[in-house]
Amino acid sequence: MDMFKKNPSLPVFIAVLVIFTLAVTFLSEAYGAGAISTSFVKTLGKTLCLALVAIAMDLVWGYTGILSLGHFAFFGLGGYMIGMWLMYARTKIIVLESLANAPLPPTASEISDAIGTQIFGVVGSSEFPLVWYFAHSFWAQIALVVLVPGLLALVFGWLAFRSRVTGVYLSILTQAMTLALSLYLFQNDSGLRGNNGLSGLQNLPGVDGISQDYISIWFFWASAFALLLTYLIAAFIVSGKFGSVIRGIRDDEARVRFLGYSVEGFKLFVFTLTAVIAAIGGALYYPQAGIINPAEIAPIASIYLAVWVAIGGRGRIYGAVIGAAFVSLVSTWFTGGQAPDVNLGFYTIKWVDWWLVLLGLSFVLVTLFAPKGIGGLFDLISGRLSPNRHGVPLGPDKGSLREEEAEK
Amino acid sequence: MIGRLFSACLMLLTCALPVQAQERTIQDVLQEHRVEIETSSRKTIAPAIDAIASSGLPAAQTVLEKWQNKDMWQRKADGLFFYATPADGGTYTLFDFDSGETVGVFEKGDLDQLKPNSGIRAMIGAALVQFQLNDPDPVRRREALLAIQRDGEASHLAPLRAAIETETDPEIKQLKEVTERLLTISFDKDDAARVEAIESFRGSITLDARAALNPLLSTSLAYAPPEDANIAEHVHSRFDGRHMPEGVTRSEAVALLQKHGVLGAIPDEQSIHDALVAHMVNDQVGGIQRQDLGSPDARYKAYDALVAEGLVPARISEYDVSETLAYSPLALVYDERSKAVTDAAKVTLSSISRAVAFNQFLDLSLDGLSLASIYFLAAIGLAITFGVMGVINMAHGEFIMMGAYTGYVVQQIVPDYTVSILLAIPLAFAVTFAAGVAMERLIIRWLYNRPLETLLATFGVSIALQQIAKNIFGTQARPLTSPGWLDGALTFNDVVSISYIRIAIFVLALIFLGVFLFIMKKTRLGLETRAVTQNPRMAASMGINPDKVNMLTFGLGSGIAGVAGVAIGLYAKVTSELGQDYIVQSFMTVVVGGVGNIWGTLLGAGLIGFLQKGIEWFNPSNTLAAQTYMIIFIIIFIQFRPKGIIALKGRAAGD
Amino acid sequence: MSGSGTLLEVSGISVTFDGFRAINNLSFNIGHAELRAIIGPNGAGKTTFMDIVTGKTKPDEGKVLWGELSRNLIGMNEAKIARAGIGRKFQRPTVFEDQTVFENLLMAVKNDRNPLAVLFFKPKFKDLAKVEELASEIGLAEQLSRKSGELSHGQKQWLEIGMLLAQDPKLLLVDEPAAGMTLGEREHTTDILKEAAKTRAVVVVEHDMEFVRRLDCKVTVLHEGSVLAEGSLDHVTKNQDVIDVYLGR
Repeated sequence: MDMFKKNPSLPVFIAVLVIFTLAVTFLSEAYGAGAISTSFVKTLGKTLCLALVAIAMDLVWGYTGILSLGHFAFFGLGGYMIGMWLMYARTKIIVLESLANAPLPPTASEISDAIGTQIFGVVGSSEFPLVWYFAHSFWAQIALVVLVPGLLALVFGWLAFRSRVTGVYLSILTQAMTLALSLYLFQNDSGLRGNNGLSGLQNLPGVDGISQDYISIWFFWASAFALLLTYLIAAFIVSGKFGSVIRGIRDDEARVRFLGYSVEGFKLFVFTLTAVIAAIGGALYYPQAGIINPAEIAPIASIYLAVWVAIGGRGRIYGAVIGAAFVSLVSTWFTGGQAPDVNLGFYTIKWVDWWLVLLGLSFVLVTLFAPKGIGGLFDLISGRLSPNRHGVPLGPDKGSLREEEAEK
Repeated sequence: MIGRLFSACLMLLTCALPVQAQERTIQDVLQEHRVEIETSSRKTIAPAIDAIASSGLPAAQTVLEKWQNKDMWQRKADGLFFYATPADGGTYTLFDFDSGETVGVFEKGDLDQLKPNSGIRAMIGAALVQFQLNDPDPVRRREALLAIQRDGEASHLAPLRAAIETETDPEIKQLKEVTERLLTISFDKDDAARVEAIESFRGSITLDARAALNPLLSTSLAYAPPEDANIAEHVHSRFDGRHMPEGVTRSEAVALLQKHGVLGAIPDEQSIHDALVAHMVNDQVGGIQRQDLGSPDARYKAYDALVAEGLVPARISEYDVSETLAYSPLALVYDERSKAVTDAAKVTLSSISRAVAFNQFLDLSLDGLSLASIYFLAAIGLAITFGVMGVINMAHGEFIMMGAYTGYVVQQIVPDYTVSILLAIPLAFAVTFAAGVAMERLIIRWLYNRPLETLLATFGVSIALQQIAKNIFGTQARPLTSPGWLDGALTFNDVVSISYIRIAIFVLALIFLGVFLFIMKKTRLGLETRAVTQNPRMAASMGINPDKVNMLTFGLGSGIAGVAGVAIGLYAKVTSELGQDYIVQSFMTVVVGGVGNIWGTLLGAGLIGFLQKGIEWFNPSNTLAAQTYMIIFIIIFIQFRPKGIIALKGRAAGD
Repeated sequence: MSGSGTLLEVSGISVTFDGFRAINNLSFNIGHAELRAIIGPNGAGKTTFMDIVTGKTKPDEGKVLWGELSRNLIGMNEAKIARAGIGRKFQRPTVFEDQTVFENLLMAVKNDRNPLAVLFFKPKFKDLAKVEELASEIGLAEQLSRKSGELSHGQKQWLEIGMLLAQDPKLLLVDEPAAGMTLGEREHTTDILKEAAKTRAVVVVEHDMEFVRRLDCKVTVLHEGSVLAEGSLDHVTKNQDVIDVYLGR
């Protein structure tokens, strides 16, 4: 298949992912030796979701040249959509249990009122806002996971691309969208519990009595499967003529237009598709994290997403996966207090405090000196070279590849 | 007989009164009312207070004040009243009211302290008003008037009126007149006088006028009000079956009808539930099993069965309640009896609310202006680095933060706030100028024409700087205190005011605009900057060193951000996240205004500032929502003017 | 030649950039299968003219009518105009340098351009044949799997012309095709253009009089945004206005 020919990394990736999944399973507390704690299984599962959204980011930035600073907003929206059902269904079970001993069997409206009081008590309300209309239905909320971020991306993308906002302007605009969304969610009357967010998402309704050991592994499998699927879809998209066209848009948008391709349509397609992928990633991530609040959607999260892709090496799908996994795991290690402090005699470097400084600076260094990111290491092994163009990029557009990023 | 009478009268008139007045002391008055004073009951005290107040004796005011402050004591031995100050060892020094001379030092056991309760103290206060209103000290007169405005009573009216004529200070006289009118509105017996007073406040926007007028229009709901009631509105004429007219709740109306026996008890869901539980026998009620009572219909059915047995009151349908409500003679009745007064109050209040709305608009415009100047300050550095040079610097916000922290550090060293601010401004400029130059040399110059990479690299710098600031200064907010002369506000009237800090920020924004224009249009650096940004190769061939120009220009933009940081720090709290709060808005300001044009940035800041305040006006409690809607507006605005308000046109614009 | 039906009719267009009139009431016709050269000094409005026809710049006034149905092109976007059958070659060679010659050509080959169709596109035999044929026509048959960024300047120019031909346009707008080419490469370019003009209209904007002479076609002289003279090269070079414009400054 063309897809495999154009992506020699594909079989390697599939093999690594399968081995990794099996290894984690047989080392987990649920199905194996118990060498990996349940909380670390959750961390690994979340990392897979982050790798998934990084692939979406790579498609939209690395391949299409749109530096979107809004994809984590779609990720968060996906989390909110599934979180609404999880919270509703879970609260309903608790409410039914507590009403079981009531003198009369509860009516539907009594149950609904009790659930509303439980969920919205923290924001001083007990009424269900309109956005929770479908929260009782698992399948409806699953559909909303795709529909809400998808529609938002479609409308925003249509507006932005139609007026030919490109480059940093588009980045700023997407960042503004993200900021607007997070500010909106921070309000108590947004209907999504303001800055409290949604919590208790790790409890799956209807599987009482099954410990988190098992649930965490199930989510890990689901995340691994979703990552695999996303990787295949991404590989399929970039390998064919569609890939040619979007890479053309990245390097020289005007030229693609004069070839008769509707650049706006392609950008909108990629933007919306990746928003949906990001949302699915979020829907898998937040049940493992257990809580989602508007701070997760803040613009800075989306910039981090770009940072992961850049550190992994943009414009190569495995680069995004490696970048996201590497940075988020290393970050967990440093901020979790596991990294040993460095005693300089006059000052002790505590990594909890200095990790962000290290990350920021290493990111500057990667941008300046290693534009290929970690992916460049693989090029060293495989002996692939960059063209010598004396510093000239491969196209006139702001998102085009730099000389050092390209392959000869 | 007549002669004797006459001579007696004459005696009274000619000698007795003055003689008596000379001899009569305040102590006599107090002794005459000794019983009432000792009893200290609110019901009986009035004559005593009146007697003291109207005695015409110079010591009357002192007595009342000391009494009110619980400083009046009675000597047990002879029952005379004195005022006392504590002396050593639990003893008290007594002073005579009339002469003010020391009477002696006494043990506490020999004395009784008079402790009037709060009701009596208020009555004494009211009696004191006439003295205060005529106090020789104008400050005390003014205080007394303001106290009356805040908390006036009917009893104040007479002394106030009496005190107007004798007033010499024109300003206080005017205040007295206003206060008199306010009291007239609330307490005068004559409606014509009240209407006149009400109408005199047309177009006024003082809080007191509104506070005096609003209670006149308070209403209450009445069932079948009497003929002569001052009816604001017949409720049933506007009752559409579901929604009650404004100011009346349905439950309030229902409760009133129930009180008048028009409606019986209306069992709600909860009382039906309770009744069913109460009448449950063998898990069964009204012929229905307990487990079947999980639906409203079943519960109604069971309840109706109880009704048929006569155990509980019948259900009344919502429809019936509505019908009853609609055909009942319910009316909103003004608490104020006089129609002339309420009509005048209505007209005057509507004229007041128009005037208030206009002034609120002015106030809002001032707010918008000051917010706009803050955005402009935050954005002007970006107008140079991003607008002129095209470099997107995500660490711009952190430069603002560095400026603010510089101000904070300077204040730790130099305690005088005025001097420290004056020192902080050039220092902040120097610090951020250096940081900007370093960043340009180390990072940005390698990434010219790669704006997206610049964005990400400078973001790296941004998170590093933020974390370093957190490590040095901690996470809590640090104060940057403004000099005393910037405290307070410039107040135009009760509605329109602006704090001096905001004025200072506005002035600073104007100065920055001037400096920017001067540098760009009148200096060599400005000329070279424009040359380098428009055509670097051509500029280089004309002997301009683009490296140096870029470095200095970037430093300049960063330095201005630092100074803006000092200004913003005075206004907001200094935290490591200070810059982050402004960065998106700053970019928006530049983009909305039109990149590469300082007037555009000015317009952009104006648009965003006024817009945000305008949206807040519609929903004043919710700043977050205002920001959300503003950003959405900007996103839509960019659709129609992708290049901003002031757009460069043609091939030069790079399209 | 122009009598045999008009393909493109430009009438009375004007455009102003910040007070500078780049195109001033320009009218211009070209017929089916016609080769035409446009010459003119710097700032005569040649590139702006192309920008208007291809939809990149919107004129302040005037009409651009296209094809038998005389559709107005003003208001259509670049992609739509390109799909309607107008191909454009830029002054500097613009090919997708990070992609192979094959990918560049395949992208250009006339096919459904709608995103979904492109996503599920599988090159059919005729597409591959077309790519092979064009590659040998432009002399790049051996280079199909090379990244086009590695080609020489002249090869990039040809690749771009090849991509234009792959689009199968009815009108080709070519901006200074010979710039920076060696003599041999110029001759090859002339042949390709002349060959192309047998089946479609070709408009060449060029500075180089030698190259224009070799094209041997009707010439339009632009000056300050409007047509100064039109006719054979010999005819226009004798025109006093043209001489003044070219030599008198």
